Amino acid sequence: MAALATGGATPSDGATSFQRKVPASSRLAAIAGTRPSVRHGQLLLSSGLPSLDCVLGGGLAVGTLLLIEEDKYGIYSNLLFKYFLAEGIVCGHNLFVASAKEDPADILKELPAPLFDDVHKNQVDEKETAIKSKQESQESMKIAWRYQNLPKMEVSPAASARFGHYYDVSKTVSPELLKSIKWHRFFLPEEMSLHPEIKTCNMTCGYTRLLQSIQRIIYQEGFDGSYPQKKQKNILRIGIQSLGSVLWGDDICCTDNPEDIFSLTKFLYVLRGLLRMSLSACIITVPAHLIQNKAIMERVTNLSDTVVGLESFIGSERETNPLYKDYQGLIHVHQIPRLNSLICDVSGTKDLAFRLKRKQFTIERLHLPPDLSDTVSRSSKQDLAESTKLLSSGCGAMAIGKKHLDF
Amino acid sequence: MFVELNELLNASPERPEQGKLTLLRDTKTDGSFLVHHFLSFYLKAGCKVCFVALLQSFSHYNIIAQKLGVSLTAAKERGQLVFLEGLKSCFDVFFGEEQHVGQTNPLQFVSKDGSNLKTMYEFVRTSLMASGSDSWKCPVLLVDDLSVLLSLGVRPVDVLDFIHYCRVAVCSQLKGNIVVLVHSNDDSEDEENELVVNSLCHQSNLILWAEGLATGFCKDVHGQLKIIQKGSSELKAEKNLLRIYQYKIQDKNVTFFARGMSAAVL
Repeated sequence: MAALATGGATPSDGATSFQRKVPASSRLAAIAGTRPSVRHGQLLLSSGLPSLDCVLGGGLAVGTLLLIEEDKYGIYSNLLFKYFLAEGIVCGHNLFVASAKEDPADILKELPAPLFDDVHKNQVDEKETAIKSKQESQESMKIAWRYQNLPKMEVSPAASARFGHYYDVSKTVSPELLKSIKWHRFFLPEEMSLHPEIKTCNMTCGYTRLLQSIQRIIYQEGFDGSYPQKKQKNILRIGIQSLGSVLWGDDICCTDNPEDIFSLTKFLYVLRGLLRMSLSACIITVPAHLIQNKAIMERVTNLSDTVVGLESFIGSERETNPLYKDYQGLIHVHQIPRLNSLICDVSGTKDLAFRLKRKQFTIERLHLPPDLSDTVSRSSKQDLAESTKLLSSGCGAMAIGKKHLDF
Repeated sequence: MFVELNELLNASPERPEQGKLTLLRDTKTDGSFLVHHFLSFYLKAGCKVCFVALLQSFSHYNIIAQKLGVSLTAAKERGQLVFLEGLKSCFDVFFGEEQHVGQTNPLQFVSKDGSNLKTMYEFVRTSLMASGSDSWKCPVLLVDDLSVLLSLGVRPVDVLDFIHYCRVAVCSQLKGNIVVLVHSNDDSEDEENELVVNSLCHQSNLILWAEGLATGFCKDVHGQLKIIQKGSSELKAEKNLLRIYQYKIQDKNVTFFARGMSAAVL
């Protein structure tokens, strides 16, 4: 991980000569917007979504890569991308935004506005009171008392922490807040026009330039510890949009036998080296559903740290299925890294669905609603059985037959 | 070093075996705990270890090794451990200045078109060659993990050539051991990877195969481990010995138990 120079403890005020031995982890936590992990002392960042942080075991570790497999129309993966960058703005981190289709300045202008505590308390929202009353009723569950101790994936918006914020998707971030942070851009069409063609390491030209640009920023701004005298350390949040798509000059999304299948994996490998040696974290969205050669996606998964796949219900037959009426899509957590430890904090539930409200993007355990139909109609029961069969079970396929058992 | 795994393999740090190729294989789960086991096992046994770590940084292995009772920095200082940090070497190749002829970065193959692993083999050979002042026992080559090489543009036949050369140098000439980690998947579409894995399965003396449970995720049983020991003599055509255990990974240890005998159930 990033090797930070941790010198001896220094007293905060010069009055006392008593020096408490400060453990290294609390020294590292002095960076805004981060907190050390309970399990392995690694610095964690918020991904912008408190419920996603919960699923990932506390947050995204500094020096790692979060890979999002895009949903079919890229709507929700784009939203996660924006949440990640917006969280960087609120915490005061530096941003590096790379895209091949949208100008990074436009991306930043459209980031959702953060919700701060006082603003939120003033607005009376039905959902809020509903959640609060649910919390109160949970204190004394009389009938469903067995469920009292179940961990809640959803974090109530009223209890906002300094780690992880909530955003209002209907509003955009204020320009003053944008001006207050330092950000860097990489827009592929303008980079390609600036410099002549170069091709090193047999990687697609766009990837090479992007890596060089990232490395330059990390080196110049001192994220790799090359300026130890700089007191205030900061985090660089890197966001790369739609990597692997045709706009980056890579043809893995077009054909089954692409010309160069190693560009993307080599890029990810060099990027991994860059991330590990600097105080940064990266989010990449990949149009995985377009990549026809599945071997590439397997290799990409092995080279990434955290891999989350999104599956939205738009356009599929699940959109009108009454089972899923509350949710907009499913989330599959394919991989969580084991950093500095033999184990990782894997959440117990594998069936996760997400729901987007104006002020909250929640990730919840997918519940099947109770079957309260009076008439035992064969067609509806068959529907339910088919849908339950489609629920993923983590590793391995579930052995469920087609027939719905009628007792 | 996990004590229970040593008992299962009938191995002990006092008398490590020699001339063996051990294949670590994982399917649908992370088998890197086996790498940490062998790293600390051979360091405790007093062997000279060359560790080709392609996927993680040095501090990651160091922190976990400390939990298992071995210090990698101390081992490096006294010359027992030669650590190749793949991520750093690749960074040097990619962002460093133009290399002159005769330079020796082991990951040189990333920059050129060729998928020649010769420089990496030379690195392994020179680091494990016994020098006069060394008092270490048999040399060991540890690779984590081999599937990454395929992602970097190396052809499967070159990967197999590399392993073959290493076996000749390390196993038969220097009477040492090789431990290699690969990823595999039953329904994988990565044919090159499956080719390498199948070929290594035939060549290796011991296969440790960590799999996720077929029934899905479980909090108390993290997976199952298949131990396949090849028959010792090819002439007698002995059958391979296959044993299956389930395991649970804890912070500093991994417990192994017979199938269905997890502590949560008993």
